[in-house]
Amino acid sequence: MNGLPWTQHLILLPILLPLLAGAALIPVNEARHGLKFAVNLVCNLILLACALTLFRFADGGHWPDGLGVYLAANWQAPFGIVLLVDRLSALLLLLTALLSLAVLVFSYRGWSRIGVHFHSLFLFLLTGINGAFLTNDLFNLFVFFEVMLAASYGLVLHGYNTTRIRAGMQYIAINLVASLLFLIGLALIYATTGTLNMADLGPRVAALAADDLALLQIGTVILALAFLTKGAMWPLGFWLPTTYAAASPPVAAMLVLMTKVGVYAIVRVWPLAFSAGPAAGFGLEALYWGGIATIVFGSLGILASEEAGRVAGYGAIISSGTLLAIVGFGGPALLGVGLYYLLGSTLAMAAFLLLVGLTERIRTPGAALLALTMEAFAIEEKPDEPVGVGIPAAMAFLGLAFAASALVITGMPPLSGFVAKFSLFHVLLSVDGPVPWTAWTLIVLILCAGLAAIISLMRFGVRTFWAAGAVQPPSLQLSEAAPISLLLGLCVAMTILAAPLLDYLQRTADMLAQPTRYVERVLGETAVPAPGSMR
Amino acid sequence: MEAVIAISMGVLFGSGIWLILRPRTFQVIVGLMLMSYAVNLFIFMVGRLWVDKAPLTLQAGTPQPGDYADPVSQALVLTAIVIGFATTALYLVIMIGARGLTGTDHVDGEETDE
Repeated sequence: MNGLPWTQHLILLPILLPLLAGAALIPVNEARHGLKFAVNLVCNLILLACALTLFRFADGGHWPDGLGVYLAANWQAPFGIVLLVDRLSALLLLLTALLSLAVLVFSYRGWSRIGVHFHSLFLFLLTGINGAFLTNDLFNLFVFFEVMLAASYGLVLHGYNTTRIRAGMQYIAINLVASLLFLIGLALIYATTGTLNMADLGPRVAALAADDLALLQIGTVILALAFLTKGAMWPLGFWLPTTYAAASPPVAAMLVLMTKVGVYAIVRVWPLAFSAGPAAGFGLEALYWGGIATIVFGSLGILASEEAGRVAGYGAIISSGTLLAIVGFGGPALLGVGLYYLLGSTLAMAAFLLLVGLTERIRTPGAALLALTMEAFAIEEKPDEPVGVGIPAAMAFLGLAFAASALVITGMPPLSGFVAKFSLFHVLLSVDGPVPWTAWTLIVLILCAGLAAIISLMRFGVRTFWAAGAVQPPSLQLSEAAPISLLLGLCVAMTILAAPLLDYLQRTADMLAQPTRYVERVLGETAVPAPGSMR
Repeated sequence: MEAVIAISMGVLFGSGIWLILRPRTFQVIVGLMLMSYAVNLFIFMVGRLWVDKAPLTLQAGTPQPGDYADPVSQALVLTAIVIGFATTALYLVIMIGARGLTGTDHVDGEETDE
């Protein structure tokens, strides 16, 4: 212990703290809801502080190359499990901490009380997500994926009803199969390279013989199938809209983050494994086309959806598809902007899903059905008084928040969605010589997807907020309005601070493009000598 | 021996795939279990096939790696078995819950018209 500065142990905190706190909360009686909530909240605040500290360390020159390496149980790489913080994982830890804080506060009033063990499951979910962002070992990644998924199975079913059970069964079955694929891929990678350490993988892949390399490529493709099932690439993402629509709003907001974990795993593993040697750039083209197909599928789906949960689900699919196409297109400049897009779309989508939970409340029972029937029979009914007069503050808040999240999701000015798309197009078009047709395809599809999202969200907005006569002022609690304001406030902050943030993300992407630095740092980290051996 | 192992894994996995595509939840869970057996065997075999070799040594001095089986794949398969067991048990609970709430054991939660 003496040899290691205490700051290094901070790397372990985002995994250990929620795990222990979640376990400690299991025996506590559900009746003591306030206590459970308080423990969870304190835990989330500590995680936020920890994520902020790691964020500063990763970019502030605290560690060489901005890479913090933690040798678990003091085993030197590649023999032990290595935890690693770089700019990307620090950023995603911060995103997780902010999002989970907002979701937790939102669920305080009602959602956390409709079933048992919400807080324990929530904390275990955080353990899994944080662990997946921090680990540098493929098998450890599998374990954290399973922790995350097991907690999410419980959370999707939270508030047990028939819809959730039906959606949950399919969600669980698909993810169990995906986990098996994960294991097969893992086993093939271990069989060919003899290592599971991601940093150790790169040099070994580059040195493989041709027939072993083919086997390894099969292994990584099977592994990628498991990641892409989480990331909802077409045709692996059919589970997503049903699950989003069935899950309770806070859980659905956390699920948005989980799809990003799948994309993260690709971004993390691929450059380390396939940046040098004969297999450099392997599979990127498939990823690009998969992303394109996902955008098309998501756009068609969002146009066809009536229900808000499904609209959000297809929105998440579009955002996943855009990210995958960006990763597949390649290049650090594009990846940096892609990460900016990831942040904005995750925050806005989570805010939208939380809002959906509140808008259910303004519809009197049957109003939604009535609106549908009226449209089906083309009944035109003039409202008696102009809509909009005397809208209470709660309605104004909901409307404004809806508009803001819709602006980010569709990529309209002035919020961060526009900055993200504009920068994307700028990077795609600023090449020497003629712009490749793949870039044009991507631009056109992103624009079309944006248009589809606008149409779908406007339809939802008009029906919800302008549905004449059916609007009833909802009772809005501060604990429900504040988290949504926080998430949307972050989107606004991202817009204002776009330049420094994009600089940071550029450094992140540049670092990801230099896997040799990772290899040097991870394999070069020496174990701390045991106290007895220090003479 | 390789052929026997490979064929048995293939049969297990193939039967599993057929079963998870069936409409009854019981068939799905049996399929998932068969597939996980196949995968566990596969992970185990990734450390190569050995006969009568220990995965670890307690002797002093530098051991000859060729005299020992690969311990990593055995450790991996142990973890995979435990996790697979836990998630399958979880699925079983939800299966029973679904049967209770929907009154049918169809995977969609409702009977399709014959």
